[in-house]
Amino acid sequence: MLPLGVMLLLLLTAAAAAAADVTGTGAPPLLEPGLGFSSPVPASPSAPPLLLLPRPQADHGAPGVALARSAAEESPGPGVEVEEGEHHHHHGGGYKIVQWEWSYVQTPYIIAIWLLLASVAKILFHFSQRFTTVVPESCMLILLGLVLGGVVLIANKKQLYQLEPALFFLFLLPTIVGDAGYFMPARLFFDNLGAILTYAVVGTLWNAFCTGFCLYAAKLLGVIDERVQAELLDFLLFGALISAVDPVAVLAVFEEVHVNDTLFIIVFGESLVNDAVTVVLYKVYISFVEVGAENVQTVDYFKGVASFLVVSIGGTMVGLVFAVILGFITRFTKKVRIIEPLFVFLLVYLAYLTAELFSLSAILSMTFCGIGANKYVEANISQKSRTTVKYTMKTLASIAETIIFIFLGISAVDKSKWAWDTGLVSCTLIFILIFRAMGVIGQTWVLNRFRLVPLDKLDQVVMSYGGLRGAVAFALVVLLDGNQVKAKDYFVATTIVVVFFTVMFQGLTIKPLVKWLKVPRSTSRKPTINEEIHERAFDHILTAVEDIAGLQGYHHWRDKWEQFDKNYLSKLLLRKSVYRKSELWEAYQKINIRDAINVIDQGGNVLTSARLSLPSMASRASFPEVTNVTNYLRENGSGVCLDLQAIDNVPGAKVEEDTETHHVLAENLYKPRRRYQSHYSRHFMPLGEKERQDREVFQRNMKSRMETFKSSRHKRHKKERSLKKRRGSDVKEDGSDKPRRNVSWQDKNPVVVPVESEEEKGDHSDPEKEEDVGITFVARKPETPKQRPQSVPAALDGPQSPASGPASPPIGDSHLPWKGSVGSPPPCVSVEATKIIPVDLQQAWNQSISSLESISSPTALPEPFHPRVSALARLGGTRPASYTPPGSTPPGSTVGSNSSIGPQVSQGPLRFPEKKKKKEEDDEEEEDGGAAQEMQPLMSSLRPPGPLPPPPPPPGFAPGSARRRNPCVYLRSLVSAPPPGSGEPHSRGPTQL
Amino acid sequence: MGSSSSNMNHIPDAEELMQETGFSSAHLLRLYERFEFLDREKRGELTPDDFEAVGRLALNPIGGRIIGAFFSQGQETVDFASFVRILAHFRPADTNRRDGAPQDPANSRTRKLKFAFQLYDQDGDGMISRVELLQVLRAMMGIQVTEEQLQSIAERAIQEADLDRDDAISFDEFKKSLEKVNIDHKMSILFLR
Repeated sequence: MLPLGVMLLLLLTAAAAAAADVTGTGAPPLLEPGLGFSSPVPASPSAPPLLLLPRPQADHGAPGVALARSAAEESPGPGVEVEEGEHHHHHGGGYKIVQWEWSYVQTPYIIAIWLLLASVAKILFHFSQRFTTVVPESCMLILLGLVLGGVVLIANKKQLYQLEPALFFLFLLPTIVGDAGYFMPARLFFDNLGAILTYAVVGTLWNAFCTGFCLYAAKLLGVIDERVQAELLDFLLFGALISAVDPVAVLAVFEEVHVNDTLFIIVFGESLVNDAVTVVLYKVYISFVEVGAENVQTVDYFKGVASFLVVSIGGTMVGLVFAVILGFITRFTKKVRIIEPLFVFLLVYLAYLTAELFSLSAILSMTFCGIGANKYVEANISQKSRTTVKYTMKTLASIAETIIFIFLGISAVDKSKWAWDTGLVSCTLIFILIFRAMGVIGQTWVLNRFRLVPLDKLDQVVMSYGGLRGAVAFALVVLLDGNQVKAKDYFVATTIVVVFFTVMFQGLTIKPLVKWLKVPRSTSRKPTINEEIHERAFDHILTAVEDIAGLQGYHHWRDKWEQFDKNYLSKLLLRKSVYRKSELWEAYQKINIRDAINVIDQGGNVLTSARLSLPSMASRASFPEVTNVTNYLRENGSGVCLDLQAIDNVPGAKVEEDTETHHVLAENLYKPRRRYQSHYSRHFMPLGEKERQDREVFQRNMKSRMETFKSSRHKRHKKERSLKKRRGSDVKEDGSDKPRRNVSWQDKNPVVVPVESEEEKGDHSDPEKEEDVGITFVARKPETPKQRPQSVPAALDGPQSPASGPASPPIGDSHLPWKGSVGSPPPCVSVEATKIIPVDLQQAWNQSISSLESISSPTALPEPFHPRVSALARLGGTRPASYTPPGSTPPGSTVGSNSSIGPQVSQGPLRFPEKKKKKEEDDEEEEDGGAAQEMQPLMSSLRPPGPLPPPPPPPGFAPGSARRRNPCVYLRSLVSAPPPGSGEPHSRGPTQL
Repeated sequence: MGSSSSNMNHIPDAEELMQETGFSSAHLLRLYERFEFLDREKRGELTPDDFEAVGRLALNPIGGRIIGAFFSQGQETVDFASFVRILAHFRPADTNRRDGAPQDPANSRTRKLKFAFQLYDQDGDGMISRVELLQVLRAMMGIQVTEEQLQSIAERAIQEADLDRDDAISFDEFKKSLEKVNIDHKMSILFLR
């Protein structure tokens, strides 16, 4: 059903596209008046010779893109003339209000339409889950291409489009290879480098020669028709171009099959590296064909071998040189974060072009540039740039792949290029399959003697079967000169059949085959921190053992390389601030983020899931880490983090969506400020705006605080019911324009104000954080069943006797994450001192958990408040002023201007954690500018050491910390009081007065 | 082969060692040459100093521990048989097991893990304590990270692996935490024949 629908849709799209694209001969008269299509004549000149699509049909083909507006207007083809004549007629000459500028926009327009078409096609394929799991996308794209080609052919009588080699080699292929190289798992690649090189060089040579010679033999035997005018050299040439495994096809198919990593990297690596072999063979044979077989001298063979070395090694070197340049440049982009990604793209692409320039192996060059630069670039550029690079590369590669397959399909529908010979086609197919299998088995047999992990029979089957041919072969065969290679048309047809057969038939069947053979699949499981640690230890152990046993093995050399890298390369290519960072630490960070995402992802009950995924979370020392997670999330803005994961981690996307849905309210709350923030700056991201923002945030908070304070006065009795409303009023008031001055004198409680503002400020200083804050704000409900029993009584008790409050902190903490932390250290303890105090660990933990909770379960807000709120209400007037540290009063007046300092001084104890967070955020601010990594050390230094703290009991929250914080209970309960504005300000107000 | 078999005679208990460790005679011979090379004073035994003479070991963050692993408790020297037995931990698993191979060969998964575990567990109490883990981490990560970062990594690692909440990683927990890792791949080196 669905597939059928999809096909229908596709057809429609195809037709539409064809209509749009075909400015062909048949259509114009019809289209011109109605749609205003210009006649074919003006259209064709602007057909881009360089870029893609329409092959210039008339002899006007020359100017191409250069045909700029003026040209288009001044020297219009006949069609335009007609059109303009019409215009003249209508407007009476002179200035035309509306002009039809098709020839002006044609090239980019057609490109854009193609891209759009390809993207839409992709969407349509993925409508049906079941369908896409069975049929690889590449198959569908080729089919779509065939259909489109048919439509174009029918509409046009002539094939307009085909996969132009220039377009393919200069634009489409590099995007795919660049992506592949840059994100190549380097360790895996080099672990299997021996096998990859063997298969790529020996295997490809074997395939090429055997196929060539056997085809020639078949020709001599008469299996191949007489019409195929080809000599031995022609067949060798054909063998060379048809025998190389194609990276595009392999990627497209294997990515859906998910075979185990080793298998994948060997096949994929081979497909990339064999480019050098293919290029050389191809060029050598071409030159031989040009001079004629009889003129080839022995020297030329040696030249061929030398050429191979130059092309492969040269290509690699070019790539590495560019990798170094790229690494070096990104060292200095701190001030211009915004163009960081561009550097990556440009230099990787330049590596490709430069290799092409010297006719070296461009694919090798680009691959090694990517592999080489990745480590340093990723470390140097900011988190956002990383995300940008990742997304852009994947997008480009994906669309390039789509276009390649579509065009392969279209190109096949072009009778003028074809010459069919069953003998040639079937012989080629058979030889290719046989020799691939033979080559793989033979080489594996040899390789296994030297491999630690032998490749077993299943692997060999998959490798043989996975030797897909693709667009590279096609582009090469199209490039052949028909005058010199007489059988070109036969070769083209054969290549198309081979490509279709491997991509479609093998691509379609490889998945069932892999399943049926039970080839080990790759697991998408990410390593745990233990695995990260121990595997590093294993590496060291193996290196040591190799040294002791006197073996100059793989680990020995890897270790040497790592030393070299550490001592020289990293120093040269990494920023100083980044240089000191350890990979293990990075891994640790990543795992933390992943955990956080998982926790959120697992749905509502964060506590449970936290317990599940982080088994001993409850044990005391876990806090720093969790803090870490949350902060990381917050700092980066959940959006970014999740994005980061989204590509390899589907859940990530889901989370993101969820969060977004859940936070409509949050967004509303802060909309005014948000609008304010989103001013435009081309060169700088939010950076530098901070101060202004802070003030703004502060003011708004003050305002809303006041409003809610007022409203809470009236509604105190119906707390529960009013809660929602109040929040609503919050929203409104947030946007309202009351002068800030109002706030400071009306709300005379300096304590409250600074605290809040400080907190808010902290939270908001990073624009991205906004959402998170909003979330926490709104989603007050976080209590899990487990917690609630504790929290409720606590809430009630807290106010009555400060000392009895052990359980109360959890409530507050869990309810208002950022507030929860407020209560902790005893007043007057200096911020510095508190850093070491374990209590804050606890808070951090609570804070993070609750923020997570709130993220995940923002909906269930109101109920938990009730008890606490009422408790607070009872408390209201009695709250002892003494609890506000003396220093706290002054800031009240200076609040507005002084928000950051005032609160800190006065409320040291209260906001200490905030401060910590804030610091981190400050760092983050910088990072916004770009240096994500640079802040790590700082963060970590701020983070209290794990092991120290006295053990807070499992689900961990309250008791321990509460006891410790006893003196602060009042404050805490104050602070932890529900929504920003409701009970709290009120109760405090009196104190102040 | 002729020369090697003649040299085999120099190796004490060669047959038994081959049987026990699974090394081929070529392996054994090669290792014996290495052993003699390391044994500068020709005493038939290696001392820690002999190991330390291997230059690159000094660069290895946990080289000292690995040297230590060659010496059983209280011993100052290691003879060839022990030397080979230790190295046997790093043989890749046999694809087809020979007859007469010991029940639990040194290159079994458990033994490999045990070897690694003992590198962490320096006090030999069967547990990797937080302190022990920190020591290894510190050695491996060098100056690149702050103490706090180390702490939090260690913390996290222990939490993750520590199933019985005793704040230390027992061997079983260690094994469990690595159960998804292909130890045979990651803890083997290729002994060329």
